[in-house]
Amino acid sequence: MWKWLHPYAKTERTYHLCQSLLPWFSLLGLLVIVVATVWGLAFAPTDYQQSEAYRIIYVHVPSAVLSKSLYSAMAIAGFVGLVWQVKTSFMAMVALAPIGATVTFVSLITGAAWGKPMWGTWWEWDARLTSQLILLFLFLGVISLYKAFEDKQQAGKAAGVMALVGVINLPIIHYSVEWWNTLHQGATIMKFDKPSMPAEMLWPLLLAILGWALVSGAIFLIRMQNEIIRREIKRPWVVELAIKNASASKGK
Amino acid sequence: MMHFEDFSSFLDMGGYGLYVWLSFGVTALSLLILWLDSIFSKRSLMSQVLSEQARQARIKAATEKSVKGDSV
Repeated sequence: MWKWLHPYAKTERTYHLCQSLLPWFSLLGLLVIVVATVWGLAFAPTDYQQSEAYRIIYVHVPSAVLSKSLYSAMAIAGFVGLVWQVKTSFMAMVALAPIGATVTFVSLITGAAWGKPMWGTWWEWDARLTSQLILLFLFLGVISLYKAFEDKQQAGKAAGVMALVGVINLPIIHYSVEWWNTLHQGATIMKFDKPSMPAEMLWPLLLAILGWALVSGAIFLIRMQNEIIRREIKRPWVVELAIKNASASKGK
Repeated sequence: MMHFEDFSSFLDMGGYGLYVWLSFGVTALSLLILWLDSIFSKRSLMSQVLSEQARQARIKAATEKSVKGDSV
């Protein structure tokens, strides 16, 4: 019944909602991310053990946190799409996947660049690193599975199932540092008791996570619009929009 | 207060400059590419909408023409 209640106009409304949210997410996200990064790089105190190398934390932790959050969001979107057959839900899933893949890639690269000076190796097949690599493959798997089907409703279902199965990897990543002996250190801020970090280091880190979330949100909004246009390329409202856009860019 | 005394010690990062700047550089580049890809695909999709529309119009015109031709 839910499906029946949602009229076709819904995608159009979603598109315009994205459009009105986009400037807020972009500007606020850019501002927060720049402030947090400059703060972390130049103003936060140095670490007594790792000296200045610890500053990699200000890109490594936000990307790692976002990689898991984005995967959860993508899997939830896939679930909603599968169970209630909401068309826009699959679009959200596909819009999230490349963002998640990029962020996971960044977490792996920054982790390697941090591991080299601290552990003496760029890469180790240990539990945390390997499960994070699997997360990257899951994102890429969802993207390519979706691309493999001509019928996009079918593609959404297949990719959605894959996203859901991959959820098993999330607790593995999280608890890998406890379950196995790994090189990777334990949690620093995601603990129930007090975070083991002084406030002058913690604030820019929390701010960086917020900034990354906002920027991911902004990119998601653009990609969501793209998915809507791609699926509704012949619908009158999309054509009108494209004509309006073309004349606006000519006016400039 | 700024943690580093001068710009060169900022770049040096206590000897870890390579690793720190590698991390921040790769991060900035990756996010930039993702963002550019998103806005450029939006642009190309918009022009795709128009060319698809033009194609439909041509098909319509051609069918109308052939229908007219038949009646003559």
